[in-house]
Parts: sequence; structure tokens; C-alpha cells
Amino acid sequence: MTTITNNREEALIVKEQDVVPLRNRVKEYGVKIGMSILNQTKLITATSELVRNLLKYGGGGKVIIESVSNGRDNGVRVTFIDNGPGIADIALAMKDGYSTGKSLGLGLPGTKRLVNEFDIKSELGNGTTVTITKWKNG
Amino acid sequence: MERIPILKMGQYLLVTIQVDLYDQLAENLESDLINTISKHSSKGVLIDISAVSIIDSFMGRILGNIAVMSKIMDAQTVVVGMQPAVAITLVELGLSLNGVISALNVERGMELLRSKMHNSDNEEPEYDDDNE
Amino acid sequence: MQNNSLMGLKEHENKLLTIWSQILQDSGAGDGAMEEEESKEFASLFLSALEKSGNFDEFEKVEDLIIGIASSRGKRGFSPRENAQYLISFKQAASKVISELITDSAELYDANLKLNEILDNMMIMTFEAFMKGREDIISRQVDEISEISTPVISVWEGIVALPIIGTLDSSRTQVVMENLLQQIVDTGSSIAILDISGVPAVDSLVAQHLIKTVSATRLMGAECIISGIRPEIAQTVVHLGIDLTGIITKASLASALRTAFDMLQLNVVKRKVIG
Repeated sequence: MTTITNNREEALIVKEQDVVPLRNRVKEYGVKIGMSILNQTKLITATSELVRNLLKYGGGGKVIIESVSNGRDNGVRVTFIDNGPGIADIALAMKDGYSTGKSLGLGLPGTKRLVNEFDIKSELGNGTTVTITKWKNG
Repeated sequence: MERIPILKMGQYLLVTIQVDLYDQLAENLESDLINTISKHSSKGVLIDISAVSIIDSFMGRILGNIAVMSKIMDAQTVVVGMQPAVAITLVELGLSLNGVISALNVERGMELLRSKMHNSDNEEPEYDDDNE
Repeated sequence: MQNNSLMGLKEHENKLLTIWSQILQDSGAGDGAMEEEESKEFASLFLSALEKSGNFDEFEKVEDLIIGIASSRGKRGFSPRENAQYLISFKQAASKVISELITDSAELYDANLKLNEILDNMMIMTFEAFMKGREDIISRQVDEISEISTPVISVWEGIVALPIIGTLDSSRTQVVMENLLQQIVDTGSSIAILDISGVPAVDSLVAQHLIKTVSATRLMGAECIISGIRPEIAQTVVHLGIDLTGIITKASLASALRTAFDMLQLNVVKRKVIG
């Protein structure tokens, strides 16, 4: 199924204070397509988790927010791009209970459960890109 | 520096979080609250999160920390007014906020605090002040 | 589209219609009166479009019409095969008329090719429309089912009950949780009873969904009791090694209600008859 992007914007995330405005922007995208409160909450919580990773492990980076459509449903897609050290073992990072930082260690797998699509690409030394999509009726 | 106000109501403290927290604000709240408990020897803390639309793992950890820290200082923390969407999201995320006691609203939270204090008074008479 | 012979088809509209309805009847893909009107409209619009060919707006109209026909046929219960047959037979009829009109074989070949191209394209559209018509029905039914199957009942001041009928999958759990938690907030209830008498089987996935619902209820500051645990459910739960120890479970709704009364420090006593 092809996905069409209807609207798109980018934000630079370099400090902790950028988190709340970003969450609000993502929420606005959800509101615009009529997403339910629950799905909005899941989406912005996932965004919050990932942007925190972006700051903590990637030293900041770029976030792309898109309003997407697959012909059947509308959704919001958020992409997190950092140029940090990258993740050595993605499979391990996706396991429940794993964490290298001082967080609770449910970052990635927990976040994955909140969204409909979750894609992670990482190369050691070349940063990490995480893309999440939440469909309106997903 | 922005801060979340902490209200003193007799033996209890009431915190109403009206804004979405960013990390520094949450960390400030944690230390402010613990200091205030110590200053007034408060017996209970009510944290009203009915206006909070998102709790991620960091915020969850702060709430858990506050609950445990205040417990050590002999104050009971009750989190009140969590939104249904927030509760479901926390469960999906895998956070059950162990150690945090919750109540539906401020009123229920207050009842809960009173009953907890009442119970602990009965159970531990050796610490009881008879002239109260 | 410079083909003159295709444009001439309009003059033979009646003949085409007769042949078409004959083929439709023979193949059993027709359904009589209602269809005749549709077919007439379609043939007329299609042939007019051919006549004015080169003007793509005309064909758009035809496409809209055939999409409408296809989805309405879908709703009337035609199979996709019968739906395809509808257009295929139109094509057969049209090429039959053309073959009588055109004698030059190269010209006939061109005309048929053109006709095929247009109608095949429409066939694809009808398939899509047919599928979409069905999907609309399905999604509407899904909505209806999830709405009617999760009623939240206020059984006492401060106690709500939710009987679950049918299997609990993740999307259903989501609806159940949302309804239950919203009701808890609206009624200010501190106890929720989840009755699973109507759940056919509890496997580890269903159990996980139940546990999630209980956790979410507790996060809100209410307690959740699960009732309606049949003996075979208790057996499978233990055999599967599912841990339900953190959850208050009761065999029947009645005993769950009794527990809820206890928690609220309520007493139900029989009235003493004086005298």
C-alpha cells in the first residue's frame, strides 16, 4: 500500500526545552486528522520517549513530523534522526527490560507497543533513525 | 526558574500539575516536594494530575521516586485524577508505577490519606501521641 | 481515439442492449428489472462517451457510474465473479456488434483493442469499488459490534460492572478499557467488576489483556474484580502457567458483588418482620 504525505515539517531538537513544543506539534497533527484522545496520548507518549533517547544517546538531532495517508486511513508519522554513536545490537535494544541508560529500560519495546508501525535503523558511529506511524483508527 | 506550586493544607500537601512537565520542571518538583515535607513534617501528599495529558517513563519515574522518598520520610503519596487515556498508555508502555497509590479525585485521595493515617495510628500505638 | 467505427456504435445501442441482456441471462449474472435500468443507463452513457471520444470528462462520468453500479451490486450480494461477468458480457456484446459493423480485419482489430483497453480499465475499477463496498460494510459492523458488546452497567453507587461477551483481542481490549475507565471517571466508582462468563476461552493473550485492564483501573485509583471464572477457565489458566495472583478473581458476579460490598463496608441484611 502506498503512503502519501500530505503535510510535513522538521524540527531541530538540541535541548530538553524543545521536547514540550515538539509534543504539542505532534499532538496538533493528530488533532487535525481527528485522532481519538487515546491514540493521541499514545502517539505523543511514544514521541516523548523517542525524543528523550534522541537527546540522551544521540546528543540531539532532527525530528520530521508528517501527516500521512494510505488511502484507507490517515495517520501521523514521526521520524527521529540523530548522529550519535548508534546502536550495536538492535535486537537486544528491542528486548523488554534492556537499557544502557538510567531510565526504566522499557523505552524502545514499550514505545513500539504504543504505535502501529515502528522502524529502526542504526549503524555504529553513524547515528540512529527511528520512524513511527500511528494511524487514526489504529 | 519555573516551579510547580505546593500548597500546604494542614498535615497534607497538595500539588496540582497544570502544565505538561519537561524534565527540569519535574526534577525541581521532586526536590521541592521532599524539602517541603521535611519542613512541615507533612503526613501526606496529594498530587493532582487530572490536567496532565501525557506521562512518559521519565515522568513515571519521578512520580515513583516521590512516592518512595516521601514514604521514607513517613508521608504517604497519593496520585489523583489520572486520565483514562494516560492510564491505558502507561499500561501499554509497560509502566505500572509500583509503589504509587492512586485515587479517582482529590476528595477520594483525601479520604484515602485519612484512612491510611487512621489505620497506622491504630496499628502502631507505641508511636501514638495520646494527648492529640 | 480516432476510431470512427467505435463512434458508430451509438446508433446500434438497442441491438447491443439486447445481446448484452441475453448473455447476462445465459450466464446467470443478472437480476432482472433493477439491473435493466442500470444497464440501459450505463450502455447509453458509455456509447455517448465513445461517440464524443477524446473528451476524457465523458469517460469520467461513465467510470463514476460503473463504480456506483459495482458497489451497489456488491451490497445486493453479487459475487465478484458475477460482477466481473457483468462487464465481460458487455464487452462480448459490444465486440459482436462491432464485428458485424466492420468488415476490414485490421480496422476490426484496432476497434476491439480500443474497446478492451477501456473496458478492462473499468473492470479494475469495479473490482476496487466492489471491495470497498464490502469493506465499508465490514468496518461498520466492527464498529457496531464493539459498541453493543461492551455495555458498562452501574450496579451500585460506586460499583460498575462490565460483562464481556466474546473473545478479547487487542482492539476489543482497547475499547473495553476505554469504556470502563471513562465510566469509572463519570460515575466516580471505586470498584469495577469485569465479568468474563461470556468469554469462550482464556489463553495467555486474553489473560494478558485482562491483566492490562486491571492495571489501568488501579492506576486510576479504582479496584478491579474479575468474575465469571468457570472451572475450565481456572484449569487452563493454571495449565498455561498464567499468574493471576495479583488480581481479585471470583467465580460469579454475585460473589464479586459481595466482595465489592465488603470493600465499601456495606452490609446487605434481610429486613426483620416486626410483629
